[in-house]
Amino acid sequence: MSEFDSALKIFAQESEQLLLDMEGALLSLESDPDDSEMINSLFRAMHTIKGSSGLFGFNPIVAFTHEAESVLDKVRNNERAIDGELISVMLDSKDHTARLIEHCLSSPDQPLPDELTVASDALIKRLTGKQHTHIQAQATDTSQVHSEGGGNISIDDSWLISLDFRDNAFRNGMDPLSFIRYLKTLGEIKQILTFFPEMPHGEVMDPESCYLHFKIAFTSDASKQTIESVFEYAADDCDIKILPPNSKVNAYLQLLDSLDENHVSRLGEMLIQVGALTEHDVEHALKDQSDAQQDTAKPLGEILVEQQMVQKPVVEHALKKQEQTKQKVAAENSYIRVDADKLGHLINLVGELVISSAAMNLIVERHGLTDAGDVAASMNSLVSSIRDTALELRMVQIGETFSRFRRVVRDVSNELGKEIDLQISGGETELDKTVVEKINDPLMHLIRNSLDHGIESPAQRLAVGKPAQGIVQLNAYHESGHIVIQIADDGAGLDSDKIVEKAIANGIIKADHSLTQQEIYNLIFAAGLSTKAQATNLSGRGVGMDVVKKNIEALRGSVMIDSIPGEGTTISIQLPLTLAIIDGFMVGTEQVRYIIPLSMVDECIEMDSTESEINEIEHFINLRGHALPYLRLGEYFNTPKSNVVKKHESVVVVKFGQDRAGFVVDELHGEHQTVIKPLGKMFEKLKGITGATVLGDGNVALILDVQGLIEAAIGKRKRKPALLH
Amino acid sequence: MSIKVNQQEHQLTKLSIENEMTIYTALEHKTTLTDHLKNNKDIQIDLSGVTEIDCAGLQLLLFLKRQAIEQQINLTLTQHSQAVVEVFELLDLGNHFGDPIVISADWKQ
Repeated sequence: MSEFDSALKIFAQESEQLLLDMEGALLSLESDPDDSEMINSLFRAMHTIKGSSGLFGFNPIVAFTHEAESVLDKVRNNERAIDGELISVMLDSKDHTARLIEHCLSSPDQPLPDELTVASDALIKRLTGKQHTHIQAQATDTSQVHSEGGGNISIDDSWLISLDFRDNAFRNGMDPLSFIRYLKTLGEIKQILTFFPEMPHGEVMDPESCYLHFKIAFTSDASKQTIESVFEYAADDCDIKILPPNSKVNAYLQLLDSLDENHVSRLGEMLIQVGALTEHDVEHALKDQSDAQQDTAKPLGEILVEQQMVQKPVVEHALKKQEQTKQKVAAENSYIRVDADKLGHLINLVGELVISSAAMNLIVERHGLTDAGDVAASMNSLVSSIRDTALELRMVQIGETFSRFRRVVRDVSNELGKEIDLQISGGETELDKTVVEKINDPLMHLIRNSLDHGIESPAQRLAVGKPAQGIVQLNAYHESGHIVIQIADDGAGLDSDKIVEKAIANGIIKADHSLTQQEIYNLIFAAGLSTKAQATNLSGRGVGMDVVKKNIEALRGSVMIDSIPGEGTTISIQLPLTLAIIDGFMVGTEQVRYIIPLSMVDECIEMDSTESEINEIEHFINLRGHALPYLRLGEYFNTPKSNVVKKHESVVVVKFGQDRAGFVVDELHGEHQTVIKPLGKMFEKLKGITGATVLGDGNVALILDVQGLIEAAIGKRKRKPALLH
Repeated sequence: MSIKVNQQEHQLTKLSIENEMTIYTALEHKTTLTDHLKNNKDIQIDLSGVTEIDCAGLQLLLFLKRQAIEQQINLTLTQHSQAVVEVFELLDLGNHFGDPIVISADWKQ
């Protein structure tokens, strides 16, 4: 906010307070007219407002408060008595001052609307008993300003119609006279000029060509549209310009003022709407605009004025109005600032609501209350939409976070002497505010890494045949209930030999490792590993990447790195959209219930079906010919076996990224709105579980860490054959 | 021929235009009338027989007037017919030609 704006804000607040004080003082003077302190306070209010208004050049306020101040000065000097009449005038004056201030603040460049001018004069008359002229004078000043620029119209109330017929008009069967006769039926022709400057002399003059031009001053109540329609059939053989009368200009200005402020229209649309232009005018001007050369094309408004289709003040006013509307719309589109705590509280309450609605459903079901079932079902759907809406409140676009990195990239590339272009896409992707806040630091770190390690110096790049300017891409998109943020550079890529060397040196892996390329790349997230020989103040100290990974995992997200030597590195971060409530899929095994995030569930299969076949030895499920690693949840979590004879087992196929696995469970309970409750510190290290939720019956269900479990399932499958051989 | 030479006395040539003065006759009228302008210094055109005049006809009159002034010929229009007067009034051209116009009481308004 500029200093002037903040000063205005102070002025607004200050005067509001002063006027409030003034009202209080007036009301107490009503019962105690001799209270000099109150009279002083009245005087001060008017005096201060007058002074501050003067500073900002709000002349109408100065003019009005000056009169009020003079009257109050007389009261103060006992030259005038306080009576009921004066108090009521002063109260009206106070209200009027508030209105004047409001007007000056909202549209400082606008002349005072008539009703305010009239009200000012009336109040001054009541205050002083004389007619005041200062404001009136000012009002006429501004109206003069408005009538400037209409220039070449001599008669204020007349439309100025120019008809420039083309050569072929007669041959095409036009008779300009008939149009003028028709025009006469709509109003009065005040003046008509016929001229023919291009008519050749002597022999060359072709009597069948039309050389005539007409300028007509025309008075009529008809709209521009109607007047234009007179010349509709001549349009092909005649250049028609219809300039509204100057007296109409003010009407147009007023109409422009009253245009809907809720959406931004284009200039042409606005002018058509108020009737200053017809669609034909605008089409014509737009055509001229598009016909013009790119570099010589003028703004539409300028063309319209140049072609004398409309007066300059009207266009200027419309543009101003457009700007105001834009600002207003922009302001309206901006957000209500809500205390994040309040929002957090709301989300918590919604969470509780979800739980109790689940509890109610359970009871309805248990007691077989069929008629209550319908009510419960509709409440259930309401609750879930409330949940979604509440969560959406916290959703913000990631674009703002992304664009902050532009500056970072610019500064860092200058510092490093590299040329780097940051390309952002998917900035409109939304995710939870808390996630955005927490992802900022890891992102910053990863980008700095890309800038420092990834992108080579321009000389190196040119040497390997790449453009000198490196590219860092920042991309975000939604994928199965997650947001994926990618940081990709077209730099040198990771040097897997160096990573392995360093990792062995640091004792992170053994020399006889059998890691895949992917796993090697992921080693850079291990603590204390940096391949950069020289640490810079940007990166390379080997701290950070492990922190990045930890931070991302704390958000129940994951980070993956992929690299092609010489072509670049891509880091993908997967994050859950929200941290609070998810759509879950509830399963049960050995009386224990688990929640799998629904977005990760691919399909459910009954084990005894012919579609799948479990292979206990090789440890995979044959799912329609594909080997699917699996886990028995009961075994994995070591729940004590119950004595209940299992009827059948089911497999829930889950996916995470490219990986899939099957969880073998006893029961499928179906979808469940899950409020995620973090586990306490004690359980933080538990593998395979990210949180818990309270079920409607008061029991606790564990929320599965699908990613971790898939890894465990894949790991198990790998190990099993090794043990057998 | 819709243009007749009625009289030629001293320097004065009296012409009259009959029937229509429109785009259909404009070329013919122009040729005839400019010929008269070449040979005479004082021309009077009787318009009483003009039953119809359109913009092309009017343009021709404007053209002749300008030619006449340039060539310092005294060109006057007389006996304007109702059709001519209507057009002159519509375009407010009476003063431009500067000839007295007599409005007959018989004309239907």
